[in-house]
Amino acid sequence: MSLDQPVNDSEIMETEIKVSARGVGVFYGEANALRDVDIDFRQHQVTSLIGPSGCGKSTFLRCLNRMNDTVDGCRVVGSIVLDGQNIYSKDVDPVELRARVGMVFQKPNPFPKSIYDNIGYGPRIHGMATNKTEMDEIVESSLKLAGLWDEVKDRLDEPGTGLSGGQQQRLCIARAIAVAPEVILMDEPCSALDPIATAKIEELIDELRQNYTIVIVTHSMQQAARVSQRTAFFHLGNLVEQGDTEQIFTNPVDDRTQSYITGRIG
Amino acid sequence: MTDAAALLASKRPDLSRARINRRYAAEKRFRLYGLIAIGAAMLMLAILLSTIVAKGYSAFLQTHIALDVTFDQSVIDPEGTRNPQTLARADYRGISREAVRDTFPEVTGRRDTRNLYKLFSTDLEFEVMRMVLADPALIGTTKRVWVKSAADIDMLSKGYINRDLPQADRRVNDQALGWYDKLDAEGRVSRLFNTTFFTTADSREPEQAGILGALVGSALTLLVTLVIVFPVGVSAAVYLEEFAPKNKWTDLIEVNINNLAAVPSIVFGLLGLAVFLNFFGLPRSAPLVGGLVLALMTLPTIIIAGRSALKAVPPSIREAALGVGASHMQTVTHHVLPLAMPGMLTGTIIGMAQALGETAPLLMIGMVAFIVDIPGSITDAATVLPVQIYLWADAPERAFVERTSAAILVLLAFLIAMNLAAILLRKKFERRW
Amino acid sequence: MNTLLLIIALLAMTTLAYHVGRKRALASVGGNGHLLHSLPSYHGAYVALWCILPAAIIVFFWLSSENAIINSMMVSSLSLEQQDLSTAEINLILSEIRNIASGAIRSTNIDETKLALADRYGELQFLSTAGLIVVTMGIGAMGLLYSRRFIAPRFRARRWVERMVMGLLIACSIIAILTTIGIVLSLLFEASRFFTKVSPIEFLFGLHWSPQTALRADQVGSTGAFGAVPVFAGTLLITIIAMIVAVPIGLLSAIYMAEYATPHFRSVVKPLLEILAGVPTVVYGFFAALTVGPFIRDLGESVGLNVASESALAAGLVMGIMIIPFVSSLSDDVINAVPQSLRDGAFAMGATKSETIRQIIIPAALPGIVGSILLAVSRAIGETMIVVMAAGLSANFTANPFEAVTTVTVQIVTLLVGDQEFDSAKTLAAFALGLILFIVTLILNVIALTVVRKYREKYD
Repeated sequence: MSLDQPVNDSEIMETEIKVSARGVGVFYGEANALRDVDIDFRQHQVTSLIGPSGCGKSTFLRCLNRMNDTVDGCRVVGSIVLDGQNIYSKDVDPVELRARVGMVFQKPNPFPKSIYDNIGYGPRIHGMATNKTEMDEIVESSLKLAGLWDEVKDRLDEPGTGLSGGQQQRLCIARAIAVAPEVILMDEPCSALDPIATAKIEELIDELRQNYTIVIVTHSMQQAARVSQRTAFFHLGNLVEQGDTEQIFTNPVDDRTQSYITGRIG
Repeated sequence: MTDAAALLASKRPDLSRARINRRYAAEKRFRLYGLIAIGAAMLMLAILLSTIVAKGYSAFLQTHIALDVTFDQSVIDPEGTRNPQTLARADYRGISREAVRDTFPEVTGRRDTRNLYKLFSTDLEFEVMRMVLADPALIGTTKRVWVKSAADIDMLSKGYINRDLPQADRRVNDQALGWYDKLDAEGRVSRLFNTTFFTTADSREPEQAGILGALVGSALTLLVTLVIVFPVGVSAAVYLEEFAPKNKWTDLIEVNINNLAAVPSIVFGLLGLAVFLNFFGLPRSAPLVGGLVLALMTLPTIIIAGRSALKAVPPSIREAALGVGASHMQTVTHHVLPLAMPGMLTGTIIGMAQALGETAPLLMIGMVAFIVDIPGSITDAATVLPVQIYLWADAPERAFVERTSAAILVLLAFLIAMNLAAILLRKKFERRW
Repeated sequence: MNTLLLIIALLAMTTLAYHVGRKRALASVGGNGHLLHSLPSYHGAYVALWCILPAAIIVFFWLSSENAIINSMMVSSLSLEQQDLSTAEINLILSEIRNIASGAIRSTNIDETKLALADRYGELQFLSTAGLIVVTMGIGAMGLLYSRRFIAPRFRARRWVERMVMGLLIACSIIAILTTIGIVLSLLFEASRFFTKVSPIEFLFGLHWSPQTALRADQVGSTGAFGAVPVFAGTLLITIIAMIVAVPIGLLSAIYMAEYATPHFRSVVKPLLEILAGVPTVVYGFFAALTVGPFIRDLGESVGLNVASESALAAGLVMGIMIIPFVSSLSDDVINAVPQSLRDGAFAMGATKSETIRQIIIPAALPGIVGSILLAVSRAIGETMIVVMAAGLSANFTANPFEAVTTVTVQIVTLLVGDQEFDSAKTLAAFALGLILFIVTLILNVIALTVVRKYREKYD
């Protein structure tokens, strides 16, 4: 499928499945934090994971790039297939996987380095640029794509920690896309931001959809409705319901989903 | 699609096997460096402790020689009064030397006989005297008793003297060697528990030197330190944490305490010398002054520990007490302080352990003298265990090396006991709020 | 012993005062405690504090000035020609008299005048002790009687007691400041006396250090004897060797402990490292002098190197071992303070663990790490026992680690230990060295503590 053509909404349902999770469960020691999740993520789509806090949505997101590997005592069962390969099989290397599946976190976490080096860090460790010019190109394109270029182009040498919260979060998004990932995971990317910065990020997410598969965890139902094409509702470690965003918000099948979107549980 | 996206789409991370493997090799190397560093530190600890144990364990045994001593009534107590004063004044030198000569009837001539006596500790006659005083029933009997050998014979017996060396390079000459072998063959040599080491103070003769004097000195010094530093440290911690207003003065005190904790200990010794000895004219070498200096030295540690113990008490406790109408002072003394006390005690024990191991400042105030008496009060001249170690480490005799190591083992045992006490206290009273 | 009895008597009187205050308070309201403004125990405490505080202050000042006063009185009763003797000689006579008085010298042939002086000394001591007891108990009783009059139903005893206790708490906090002031003043005072004998320029920049020869009368203050540069250089050399050992080992073990070690591994290794920190320095000194020193010398000989048995290398090496846990535990704290979100950020980009550590965590923790290394340097410079036991006395001006060098702390110890005379340039030089030591370590500590504090605030 060609990247040059904009994707219109009528095509959405037919896009290829990029990631497919089957029977995914997560254990912290003995505690079962997530049970038997089956879900597909399609290309050029934004999928929202919603649910009350502690429902396992972030835990599930962190399974998709094996970030749970870094947590002591955490065990993942089931299979998650990315482009036909189970990412939990022995011959998949988490380092390689994470280069293909980028992640943006709840709190902006720019490295204590310059803006340039923040973006350049990923390309450098993955050997994506052979010289300074190429690196400059990557940094510039990433910042442009993240809509930050015009704001920071004159101060690339300043520390990334000096930017405002919203700018920092866009810097983190730029940092993630600089590695040219195929999938981008976002863990409540706007929860620490003000409404204006949130609007900018949401706009950005919608633009990025053209080139990436995006999975976003959010606690805001409005946000899920605004940015995503598909929505999955988690409750107490179970995937309760999934479907087109419109359907989930207007005509949910499950009572728990109904209660959640009407604000009775949360 | 924008140019930017197109450009990014054209770049792909280099995820080739070779590159990934190279990165993982670097990962392994880095991890290995960390392990090597920890291994090196552990190895040094092992070497340190094992050399000290290897050098020191033998000092807990002392070579003794069996002598058949005739406790002659006519020499010791001709009138049969059993008066201790009379008993203490008898000619034990004669008795003990006679016993030595009887053991070697073949040795004649003044010089040889004198050399023969040198197999034994110079404490020999007093050992015999102590036996009589402890058990007057010995008088009039002949009994085989075990007495301390001289330090060189002790070393020979423990195998620290190489018999293959030429006589001139050896601390024990061929004649003494022959005598020793004869005694050994007759079963008159035995290594018994070295009680002397734990019951006497310092001495020029290794076999008579012990650590009791230094232990008592350490105990007295630490007592002074504790009596001063605990109330003062707790009070200062309480004031700074609970009452002090946030202003320049308390900031200054805070910075000052943190810096004082990092001032080299020897500087406290200089302070003690200039202020306590020269200005106030307190006695030199006394546990009183040593305790004062160590108190000033450990004060910052205890204040810092006390403050963090107070900080760990949750504000809800304070609010609850204030809420029922207790004054600020009552809140602190009735509720906060008792809850913080285990933490403060832990900090105090650790501070005391630090003070117990400290040497340098005590050298400055003269606690480094050669002292053969066990100190009886905090103004008597005394030395402490670490200083005793320092003094013995300087002594050239091989037998002192052994005793230095043994004294170190005793010191370490005390430190381990104190730290264990602190750990147990912490475990027992640890609360999660 | 008398002092102990006095303290017991004073405490007994304080207990009495407490009961007097309590009883009187209750009596004033006819036994009905509710009518009192403060609890009866506060009235008791009020009287007790009035009883013990003034008396305790008197005891403190009396005891701290007693020796000096008695000594000066003894000096005035010495014969005139004796009074003209040097301070050291007078001190010798006085200590002999003291020993006679206390019965430590029991020889029969002590000359008459000394016996008389000893009697006088005993008399003065008795007078002083008796006076102290009378004055202290008197003041205590006066405090009791004075404060007792205030006890009344509306008397705010609690407020007053709390105010007095607060005063005590503040006094205790000020002791830390007084200690610093004491250190600074005593070092400055003695060092300034030294600098009247030897010029500061000479001391700070002179290249020749041999204080022992300067003890001879004709050489006191002679040029060249008190140039401390070789001493500073020796300190620097040993510190550098120690840091070469301690920084890599300490830092790498801290990184491993913070980032790689399993909780189980940590729970075993951390206490072991703490043992290394808890070993008294005199033990390290013994280890350096008797094990490491000879080992390095023999090793050097076996490859044809001429190594002094008190080489800078041996002392520095062992000092490094001592400093390892210091560097590692401080760096461990600092590395743990780096927020997890930075690690997550790097892992999520596909960085390996070591890449994350080297490229993200270490740069982020760098200020804190530098701070902890500075603290370690300050610790190494001030360390005394290892160098006293394992480094030499000769002030060689060399950068060769196989030679013996001397350090500031070694010189302080050798200049002061065993020497009673307090006015010679030799002993005063120790205080000048102490002053330099104090200033340098103070600067290092202030910088390090500020850097570490700023660093912590950044990530809090």
